[in-house]
Amino acid sequence: MITMKIYDVVIIGGGPAGLAAAFEAKKYGAKEVLIIERNEELGGILQQCIHNGFGIHQFREELTGPEYAERFINKVKKANIECMLNTMVLGINKDKVITIISKNEGYISIKGKAIILSMGCRERTREALMIPGTRPSGIFTAGTAQRFINIEGYMVGKKVFILGSGDIGLIMARRLTLEGAEVVGVAEILPYSCGLNRNIEQCLKDFDIPLLLQHTVIEVKGRERLEGVVVVEVDDKKKPLYKTKEFYKCDTLLLSVGLIPENELSIQVGVEIDGRTKGPIVNESMETSVDGVFACGNVVHVHDLVDYVTDEGRLAGKGAIRYLNNLFNKANKGDYITTECGKGVKYIIPQRLRMEHLNEWVMLHLRTDKNYDDVEIQIVIQGDIIKTIKKSKLSPSEMIRLRIPSDLIVNREIDNIKVEINERS
Amino acid sequence: MYDVIIIGAGIIGTFIGRELSKYRLKIALLDKENDIANGTTKANTAIIHAGYDAKEGSNMAKYNVKGNKMFDRVCEELGIDFKRIGSLVLAFNDEDINTLNELYNRGIKNGVTGLEILDRKQTLDLEPNINGDVKVALYAPTCGIIDPWNLAIALAENAIENGMDLFLRTKVHNILRKNDVYTIYAGEKTFEGKYIINCSGLYADKISAMVENPKYELSPRRGQYFILDKKEGKLFNSVIFQCPSKMGKGVVVTPTIHGNVIIGPNAEDIDDREGYETTYLGLNEVKEKANMTSRKINFNETIKLFSGIRAEPSTGDFIIKESENTRGFINVAGIKSPGLSSAPAIAEEVVKIVNKLEGGLKSNLNFNPNRKKIINFEKLSDHQKNEIIKSNFKYGNIVCRCENVTEGEIVDCINRNAGATTVDGVKKRVRPGSGRCQGGFCLPKVMEILARELNCEIDEVLKNNKGSYILTGRTTKGDNYEDL
Repeated sequence: MITMKIYDVVIIGGGPAGLAAAFEAKKYGAKEVLIIERNEELGGILQQCIHNGFGIHQFREELTGPEYAERFINKVKKANIECMLNTMVLGINKDKVITIISKNEGYISIKGKAIILSMGCRERTREALMIPGTRPSGIFTAGTAQRFINIEGYMVGKKVFILGSGDIGLIMARRLTLEGAEVVGVAEILPYSCGLNRNIEQCLKDFDIPLLLQHTVIEVKGRERLEGVVVVEVDDKKKPLYKTKEFYKCDTLLLSVGLIPENELSIQVGVEIDGRTKGPIVNESMETSVDGVFACGNVVHVHDLVDYVTDEGRLAGKGAIRYLNNLFNKANKGDYITTECGKGVKYIIPQRLRMEHLNEWVMLHLRTDKNYDDVEIQIVIQGDIIKTIKKSKLSPSEMIRLRIPSDLIVNREIDNIKVEINERS
Repeated sequence: MYDVIIIGAGIIGTFIGRELSKYRLKIALLDKENDIANGTTKANTAIIHAGYDAKEGSNMAKYNVKGNKMFDRVCEELGIDFKRIGSLVLAFNDEDINTLNELYNRGIKNGVTGLEILDRKQTLDLEPNINGDVKVALYAPTCGIIDPWNLAIALAENAIENGMDLFLRTKVHNILRKNDVYTIYAGEKTFEGKYIINCSGLYADKISAMVENPKYELSPRRGQYFILDKKEGKLFNSVIFQCPSKMGKGVVVTPTIHGNVIIGPNAEDIDDREGYETTYLGLNEVKEKANMTSRKINFNETIKLFSGIRAEPSTGDFIIKESENTRGFINVAGIKSPGLSSAPAIAEEVVKIVNKLEGGLKSNLNFNPNRKKIINFEKLSDHQKNEIIKSNFKYGNIVCRCENVTEGEIVDCINRNAGATTVDGVKKRVRPGSGRCQGGFCLPKVMEILARELNCEIDEVLKNNKGSYILTGRTTKGDNYEDL
């Protein structure tokens, strides 16, 4: 019988969330910290994001993805944190036993006293959108195309149509154009873009790439390689207006239609999932509903800036240390207040707050359900509006961060704290 | 000079090839496609029917019931998964109940064993997630699920191991007959053979027309399908049919052998024999009909849409016989549903015809019914997994994270005697890209492995047939030369 190696903290996923969590856990006293990464290098998707704009909040600098990743990889290396690369986690059970497989280790089990889930997310596919038509080559999710171009050094096509105006799609519109491809259009089913404003400006407008709002692809044509797509306008209920049908000749279709947190492992451990974020329900310390299992980054909710992923990773790393130091009183496990999504709010992270574990303040991350002009964000406790913030523009594509002073919540007999969006009075 | 040339490497051609390889015959199997099982065999409901559906006395009834019984053995020999999970035909009203009784009686006449009519409670006990309005159901325990393309690949591999020659990308242009010898012009090559077996699926009438005035015509009939994520795989336990009625044949919902759920097909007569597209209307029809069977089908978990095309013969029944005017030309055509279920019995019949033509066949004494073993990593014990990684580290490298496919399995499927040469070929055999991310993560890795094993450039790797290129050359930065 081989004895199973036991770690203080095991981090699953060596992207920006996992790197920050690992470093923080080590810094605050964990001895045996392990990062498990399925790829051949740390850094996650950052490694293929060679454009700049990362790190404005963390470093007051505009770094490329690999540069941003490198800063954290170096810290992790200096801190002598153990990393298993090319290693896949196949399962985690309720006792925090993790089954892994790799060329070097074989098929083995290890145990984490605390586990931090930071597996990131995957891209929605053509199939998830149920776009009918043929099944030719030349249809890629934007991230896969990004990998081919930036990591493998190969082009994916010459004449490209992009469905969805998510950030990766916008970035790829520019990248493909710079590589000599023609981007014939970007269609977005919503009346507004899902990407950051700066990307619309710098990636589409600067290159005269048309953005077709309230448009979608309804059919894919081509037998072996893609030959074109059928694009229509949609009404406010996203119903296609078939009279507006137009054929776009292209050999490539890129999909940038949303990201889905990868929670197959989380579900296996028994973590409760929030239907709105498709990620684990977490508390103020980024702990999931399972004791000692934490989560951070895009596995919890899809972020638009990596800087905040790093913050979340740190929070989870610290949380894991507090858990290991037995600071989380199990008897009080059920004792928390919830953050409630009021009118106009799509989701809030964290969903649960335990009074006794709040620091001076708590940061709420939220997204609205649609675009708003001239509105107020209101924080409501027990029917009382305790804070109002005026906003001239709110968009689901830009995450809202609210720093709530803890003394507004602690020592009060409350069940929840609600955030809602209201017309300006 | 070949004794037998088989045209078409679908489930029928591969079954016939493998059956004939039990005898001392020189056999060639030709197909126009870039892979085995690229037509009707690739896209269907993937079930082995019990055999109560077809009219008694028809070829369809005869070969289905006989074929059904032959699957356990051949799957065992070839290492292919096959599960008899049983089927239900659901009746929701009196008209349905009448039809169901007809099916039961027909099944008995056709020789189907184990048929039973279940009451509402028995039905719901078996399938708690179906529509509670069900009144009774016809239960057939012999119905099963299988992976048809892997079965065809396994049959071809085993036939090759026993001496058959396989020629892919070999499209037949013309056939001439002189002094009892057929000359087939296919691709760039010419083949000579004593007998031709025409099992070219949707094109069998065209091939037949190369040697004689056609006695039958085929028309393409398309069916569209949904595949759901494995998360939904526990929703149903058996193959669930609706009662055929004035409204049509109804759709099937069933678990697949890989643990997904498959839903479909509808039936549309189309003009294009290569019209493999899905349509908004067709998919909607399948969805609405499936909602009759169960309201718990979560179409939001769809991971794949596809359509399949069956060859509908003008005769209404399978055509399995030697041409009356052209000796040695055997038509195996119009093999629509239940063609997969009938395939082993059809192959046996074809061997009988060849035997008669030859005046007796000699056994191939070296025939080995088992093909070279395949390691299905996921099915191994923990200990075996470790042992295999120690002997070949590639089994420790997971390439497809949705389906947990190892590099070792991918390399093996490329290097077998009828190995994969394309991304779709690898996907068909060992499933990277069949999961929820549909290859988003593993496509670059699979292409890299294909390029390495086939000794070609990564941008030469195809998705499927010629023309289905994936990459269009190096990026400017990737271009590795000094410009002087």
